[in-house]
Formats: sequence, C-alpha cells, structure tokens
Amino acid sequence: MPTDKIDIRYVAKLARIALTDDEVEVFGRQLEDLLGHVNALSELDIESVAATAQVVESRNVTRADAIAPGLDRERVLAEAPQRQGNFFRVPRIIAE
Amino acid sequence: MSAQIDARLEKSAVEIAGDVCARRVSAVEVVESTLARIAAADGLLGSYLTVLSDSARAGAAAVDQRISRGEQLPLAGVPLAVKDNMCLDGTRTTCGSKILEHWIAPYTATAVARLIEAGAVPVGKTNCDEFAMGSSCENSALGVTRNPYDTARVPGGSSVGSASAVAAYEAALGLGSDTGGSIREPAAFCNLVGFKPTYGRVSRYGLVAFASSLDQIGPLTRTVRDAALAYDVMAGYDPMDATSINRPVEPTAGSLLDDLRGLRIGIVRDFDTKVLGDDLDGLYRKAYHDLERLGAQLVEVALPTADYGVPTYYLIAPAECSSNLARFDGVRYGLRVDGEDVRAMYDNTRAAGFGPEVKRRILIGTHALSSGYYDAYYVRAQKARTLIARDFERAFARCDLIACPAASCTAFEFAAKSDPYSMYLMDYYTIPMSLAGLPALSVPCGWSRPPGGSVPMPVGLQLCAPLFGERSLLGAAHAYEQATRHALARSPVADGAPA
Amino acid sequence: MTVAYEAVIGIECHVELRTATKMFCGCPNAFGGEPNTKICPVCLGMPGALPVPNARAIELIVTTGLAFGASIPAFSKFDRKNYFYPDMPKDYQISQYDMPLTAGGSVKYWLDDGAMKECRLTRIHLEEDTGKSTHAGSGDGRIAGSSYSLVDFNRAGVPLMECVSEPELTSPQEAIAYLESLRRTLLALDVSDVKMEEGSLRCDANVSVRPAGSAQLGTKTEIKNMNSFRSVERAIASEIERQIELLNSGGRIVQETRGWDEVNGVTHSMRSKEEAHDYRYFPDPDLVPLEIQPSDVTRLQASLPTLPWQRFERYTTEYGLAAKQATQLIDNRSLGAYFDSVVERSGNPQQSSNFVLGDLARLANETGVAVGDSGITAEHLAELIALVQSKRVNSKIAKALVERMWNGAGSPAAIVEREGLAQTSDRETIEPLVDQVLAAHPDVAANYRAGKQNVMGFLVGQVMKASGGKADPAVVNQLVRDKLS
Repeated sequence: MPTDKIDIRYVAKLARIALTDDEVEVFGRQLEDLLGHVNALSELDIESVAATAQVVESRNVTRADAIAPGLDRERVLAEAPQRQGNFFRVPRIIAE
Repeated sequence: MSAQIDARLEKSAVEIAGDVCARRVSAVEVVESTLARIAAADGLLGSYLTVLSDSARAGAAAVDQRISRGEQLPLAGVPLAVKDNMCLDGTRTTCGSKILEHWIAPYTATAVARLIEAGAVPVGKTNCDEFAMGSSCENSALGVTRNPYDTARVPGGSSVGSASAVAAYEAALGLGSDTGGSIREPAAFCNLVGFKPTYGRVSRYGLVAFASSLDQIGPLTRTVRDAALAYDVMAGYDPMDATSINRPVEPTAGSLLDDLRGLRIGIVRDFDTKVLGDDLDGLYRKAYHDLERLGAQLVEVALPTADYGVPTYYLIAPAECSSNLARFDGVRYGLRVDGEDVRAMYDNTRAAGFGPEVKRRILIGTHALSSGYYDAYYVRAQKARTLIARDFERAFARCDLIACPAASCTAFEFAAKSDPYSMYLMDYYTIPMSLAGLPALSVPCGWSRPPGGSVPMPVGLQLCAPLFGERSLLGAAHAYEQATRHALARSPVADGAPA
Repeated sequence: MTVAYEAVIGIECHVELRTATKMFCGCPNAFGGEPNTKICPVCLGMPGALPVPNARAIELIVTTGLAFGASIPAFSKFDRKNYFYPDMPKDYQISQYDMPLTAGGSVKYWLDDGAMKECRLTRIHLEEDTGKSTHAGSGDGRIAGSSYSLVDFNRAGVPLMECVSEPELTSPQEAIAYLESLRRTLLALDVSDVKMEEGSLRCDANVSVRPAGSAQLGTKTEIKNMNSFRSVERAIASEIERQIELLNSGGRIVQETRGWDEVNGVTHSMRSKEEAHDYRYFPDPDLVPLEIQPSDVTRLQASLPTLPWQRFERYTTEYGLAAKQATQLIDNRSLGAYFDSVVERSGNPQQSSNFVLGDLARLANETGVAVGDSGITAEHLAELIALVQSKRVNSKIAKALVERMWNGAGSPAAIVEREGLAQTSDRETIEPLVDQVLAAHPDVAANYRAGKQNVMGFLVGQVMKASGGKADPAVVNQLVRDKLS
C-alpha cells in the first residue's frame, strides 16, 4: 500500500474546499493517522478476490421512456442562491 | 409512571394506531399531546430542528377523516419523527448542516410517503450528525441533542434526534438512517429498538446520500413490534431507486416469536475484546445466556476479518460521500458564499458550509479515489468487503442469527472523544453488517453505570440475520424483548426538568 | 530543408439521442423551450434524488453500435466522472469508463470522387449531457472576459452517445467525409437529429502530424469549439498548418486543448493553469450493471435498415451512378426512397436517376413540393421510363409529360394513348414532312449541301415541329441527311 502521506492541498483543490493553513496541518495529521489504521488492509490476501460491486446482486434495472411530472420552475428558482430571470446565476467561469 | 407525562404518549405505535382506528382517541388528540410534550421537553433535549405543528395538525385531521370513512390505517395517528436527512415536501431539510440550513425540500422521500399513506403523522424533523457522519450528535452544525437518560451524555448518532425523541416520548416512531451503525448505535444509547433492513429493502429515494452502497432507512421504536410494523409499511421495490430490491416483502409484524427454540445463535469469537469498554462483557454474557434460556442453541462462529471492518468502511464510505457531496456547490440551492469567480465560490461555500468531520471525510474519500491511489485504497477496500461478506456467509452456514454488542460502550459524555479515530471505533460492531448489507438491529439488553458516572445507561444487544432474513430477525428480537423487558425504565426528563 | 509531413486525425463526437425523456429521469428530452422548465429533483442534482436509466436510450446505442459493426459486450456499467462545473447538477457526470456499451466497429465513408474508405471506432458509450451556460458581460458571449454566467438545466441529463474514432483520418476532407457518413447513418437509424446548430451533434478533433511515412505518432492537440462541418474542416486544416510550421521552425508541439476561433480562422490555446483533470472514475453505486441479452442483440440487428454506405455502394457500383448523384439521393431521404421505388419498378437505374435528379428535382425546387408529395407516383415514372426505353415516346414528349404528370395528369401510357403522343418512327409518315420542310427552306438546304453542317439542327427542328413533336428525331435526322446527300 502507499505511504501514509496525503497531499491535503491537492486533494482540497480537487474537492473544491478552501482550507486554512491550520486546517491543512490538523487535517493532514488526522488523516495520516487514519491512513495508518487503514494500512492494516495490506495484511489481507486479496489477490484472487473480486471487489464488491453490489452487496445484493441485481441487473438491468431500467425505466420506460415515459414522461413524468417535473418541478415547478418558480418553486425551484425561489430556492436558488442567486437567480436572474429564469436562470441560475453564477460568478464568472474562468476559461478552461 | 410519572404523572407528568401524558399516559397516551407512553403507548407503542401499534397501540396508538389501534386506539385511533377504533376511535377511542382521535389522531388530532394524539398529535396535540405530542406537540405539547415537545414544547415542554425539547428545550432541554433538542431532538427537533424543526417542529411541524401546523402540518402535523392538518395531517392528523386528514387521518381522522380517512378513519371516519372506514379506512384501516396500520399507523393511524402515530406521531412520527423524521431524521433531517430525509426529504419531506415543503419542510426544511438540513441534514444537520449549515450548507442546507434553510433549504426547503420540494419532494418527499418514498419511505416517508409510505408511512404517511399508512396514517403516520410527521411531527418534526430531527437533529442528526452532519450528513449522517458521526456517532454522537457532536457533528451536527445546527444543534445539540441530549440523551434523555442523562442529559450530560450524547444520545448517539447519527440518527440523534429520532432516537432521543422516541426515547423521551416526543414521538412514537422515529425514522433514522444507518450507514455504519447510525440507527443501531443511538438505539443502544437510548434504550430503543433500532433496525437496519437488508440493503435495498427500503427505498433510498429522498434520503440525502452519504454512502450510496451502505445507506438504509430504518425505524427507531420502543418495541420490536413497532419496528416490524414500520418496516412492513416502508419496505419494497421503488422504481425511483435503481438499487431497491424487486422481490416481494415477507411481512414481519405477524410472525413475531415467543421463544427461540430451534434457533442457532452465533457468538463471534474474533471480535477484539479490547474494543468493548466499561464492564459490559459480563452484561453481554448474561444476554447470551438469556437467549439460551429462551431455547436458542449458542454456536461459536468465526468472523476472521471482523477487525478490518472499520478501516474498510472508512475508505469506502468517505469515497462515495466525497462524490455524493460534490453537488453542494452553491449553484442551485443551499448556502452560497460568493467569490471573485465560480471556483472561489465553490471553495468558500464548501469551506463555510461543511463542518470538520464532513471535510475530513470528503478529503480522505477524494484521496482514496484519486489517480495513483484508487487501486490501493478504494479497490482494495471493496475487496476486503467481499471477504467480510464471505465470512458472514460461512458463519450463517452454522447459525441462523448472530448476536453481539451493538456499541462498544454506553453513552459517553459530550467532548469525551476528541480524536476522530476513537469515534470511528464506536461503529466497530455495526460496520461489518453494513458492509455485507445484512439486516441487523439493536434491542435493549440491560443497564450499566459508565465509569465515573452515577446514572445507569442503556446497553443494546445487536442481532444480525442473513440477507432478507428480516422476518426471523424481528421474530427473535421480539421473543428476547418480551422475556427480558429491559425497556421498563422511563426517561428521567419530564416537562423539561432533569430528574 | 523542410520535411514533408502527414496528418493524423481522430474525431470524437457527442450525439444527443432522440428519446422522449432524459437519460436518468422522466423529464422531456426536446430542443428549445423556456429555460429551466424541464427539470426535476434528479436532473437538478437535488439532495436525495437518484438516477434510473432510460431503457430506450440503451436500445438506441446498441442499435447504433451494431450498425457500425461494433461488438456488444455481455456486461456493461455506468461510472461517475467527478469534476466541478456550474452546468453539472451533481458535479459528477454519469458516464461509462472501462466497460462501455459498445466496443470497436468502424465508419465506412466516401470521398467526393467516390472512393470508399473506412475509419475504425474505438468505442461508443452512453452518458448524460450537461446543462447550458451562457456567459454575460464580455460583449461576445464568450467565457473569456465575462463577468457572470447564467445556467439553464433543460439539457442536463439528456442521453448522449460519445463516439470515438481511431486516429485513422489523414486529411480535413477525410474528416468531413467521415462525419457526413456518421451523420447520415445516425439519421437513417433515427437515433438522433444530429443537428450541429441545435447541439444534437458536437465534435472535437484530435490532430497531430508526423514525417510522411513514419509509423510513430506525433504529439496531438485537441481542437474544440467547431460549430459546423465547415468549421471542422477549416479548423483541422489550420491546426495541421500551424503544427507543421511550428515543427519546421524547430518548435515542439504541446499536448493541449485548443479552441477554434471562427472569426480569425485560427486555433487558440485553452491551456488552463491547473493540472489535467483527475476525474476519479469509479462505478456508480446508485446504478446496477447492464447485461445485454443475446436475443435483444439479434432483434436489434435484424431491425437495421439499409445503411447509407451500403446504399452508396449499390448506387455507384451496381447502378453506375456518379458519386455526386449517389450522395444526393442518399442525403434527401424522401427523394432517395422515391428513387429506390422507381428503380425497383423500372429496372433502369440510369434513367431513373436522370429523371429524379433532373426534371423532378428541378420541379420540386420550383414548386416547393417534395417529389414524393407531387402528382407523379413512382409507378407512373417507371411507366414513363418504360415508354422511353421502348421508344414509344421520344425524350421531348417525355419531358412534357413529366410536367403534366407532376400536376396530377396520371398514367403516362394512358395520356399517350388518349392524345396520340406516341412517337412515330415510321418513315412513310415522316418522309412527306421532310419533303415539306426542305421545300419550304431551299436556301438552308443549299447551305447544307454547300458544307454548313450545323444547319441540320434547324431542319430537324422544323420537321419535329411539323410532326407536333412526335417524330423520332433519329429517323428525322437520317431522312434529312439522305435527302440532302
């Protein structure tokens, strides 16, 4: 298994959570501690074991291509953090 | 019985429904006395984040109307406490988080809808650890809930408020959700029956997802019969949930047992004895002995990978939650904290909206899924999960049910567990069943005075069955409950004043 | 000394499927409409909502895969692709990673000169579309320079097929021809509207160059933001040129995403300051795996219509039509169906195409009425062709008949019979008319004898006129020549 180091700043960027320097330090320690415990899994012989995909086996659950009632726009936009007319408004998106 | 608590409130859900259907009492009366109890006691207890006085009164009136038209409603007038991570149309659904503190759900969870259809009346939305992550209530960002048996102690988590509400007669039926033990552990801490069905038996549609492959909705009640009835009403295929099982539900409420003759009950030998705290060992031995006296044959079974449950769970659950909680981004609903651009808005919103435990789990979960770590962490954990499930299969070849502790200790004091991993160990006994998707419950089995404490606190016995074994599980739990009647003690909290 | 380079191109298409509802919920799947009116808890990514896959979308992608000769694995699943963007309701997209619904296959396409080519597919997989953002404050609607964005979730959750080709295309022309064939096939299968202008077909191109004849691949760039086939062609050509110039001047190609700037005719780097996305794919625990049944594969395979490339082969090799004609018939579905019907009845593909692509296409253009909706049925046209073939009517009469039949005159054989329009090839009938004309124009006759051959047309025309157009022009021609020699 990998080492117990975790690049908290990189992971926080992926997860889009702004962390204070304090949090980076504290979370870093706590999660490395957790990873230390998690390392116990390396004791298991899992070479020939299949990963659990589902606890109860099931296949082909689908639905028919039929229209179902949706939500009222006004009700939804009333809960929007910021709306403009009939749209959700967000701050500028930096070009990809 | 204290004169201070309305005797009607002490009735079980089954009894209340029976009374309302027979029109010995109206649903409106039942709900009014519940609301009065909440007003008196909840200032101290803090079970409810939102009390639904108006809609509860209207709901009760509607039930009375249906009864007068001759309808038979299995849960007529039963006051229902709904954990705040379940959507109820038109109500605030916060998940115990600042990020949803003011969000009004526009639809109702299927399980809740089925209970309402059967006559139950939601009286409020209950406190929970934020996004169901926690074992004490200390991770709720919106309130503190106290254990009705000792208000200096936690009620357990994450189905915090549903447990304390039912234990303190602020509801007759509570709905919780269980991912790694969040129904069973608070049930054990609050002297209740807490039942987690087989994964997929109860629809997850409308349950705010924490870990999709583990989450299940289940009842918290004062009797096994109540839990069985609630399960019978809620369970079954839902086309809105692709993981819900499309198999007929075997009703359980009519098959409760009087004894355990013919049943083999497995006692696990591999559980780490250091995990079980206080001096609960003797208490559990007595409980197992009681099972024998009821006619069960005790069999020693092995779960060699039991110890790997916690590390396995704390990779899988955070991984799934890191993805499930990405949607809380300030765009469509919930909290928004602005930023100079949308990325800054995401970062600021999620920093302000999530508490530390949620952040920890998102971070570790993101790490476990990230490039270079996915195979070593996430995939490996899913393989360990297969081993754990196989262990149970092998064990169930030799027994019909497994008995073990529900929690590793009794309800602890607030701020007693400061280190995250020690809190994770609270789920030591409940996690393996969750990972295997098995039906499991906690039923009261006695009292124990915690170290340094003066008030005896409840202890829960966990029973677990093979997949789809709800009927024998509830049947056996009923037999044990009837024979031992540990649920006699009443909450010391009455009318808001501690005993 | 500059090296000769060759281009290596791969195309990635996103195709919106024509289902009644979205991929994972029952909201309507239709272009246009008032913003944020086709929404529900699922496609808005609300707390507690869960996806359930659309069975019809799965059928459509399997059908598509079979049409392209792809294999349909017995087992398939959905995975989550995790990244944050305002038009992503869940901030992850349900897609397919390592077990797509189809694998392999190829697109057969043809160039303008009729040459048939084939480009293999890597895979076609199923996923959900995002919402749409419009960017405000920059004056030109682009992201760069905008101050805020508005999001509409009507499109979020629409079923999307992603078709990825192998990098086997070698020129912008091939890329367009590939896209045209892909588009035609999807239309013939009725699985999508494939309109770039409506966003039901979107393309990105991967472009690299390498020394001609080299087996190694050069560094590739991904080109985005091409809104029409013309843009695709121009963009790829421009990028090839840019890469060659860069390499020839000693530079290196950077692997990056570049956006096509339609106005200035160049690609711009869209390199972000962040590292490449780590999508953290994992199997979606809210969905269960799909096992496509062999019986369904058999049924869908049997339901495949004749595909455009099969049509093209038949038209060009069997019928001997020119590439351009064949393409025309394939692109106009009703015209093509009409044509096939006429060929079936007349057994004469050449004449059929002459009429259909000639007079009938012209009339359709002039009147605004589709050929299939006009008064001239396939039976009638086939009848007319038989009349011409047997020389019962000449081409001039035939042309006049077409006009009248277009307006509903009915069976040509009946008209000819009724009005006596049958062509006369009888020398005895024609000869007096020839004598008549030659007598009326002695000076023209003299000119011909004097060597002016081109007056033949005038004389023949006069005889035709005298015959009311019914004389067989070949016989007239022969008779006039005989008499003047």
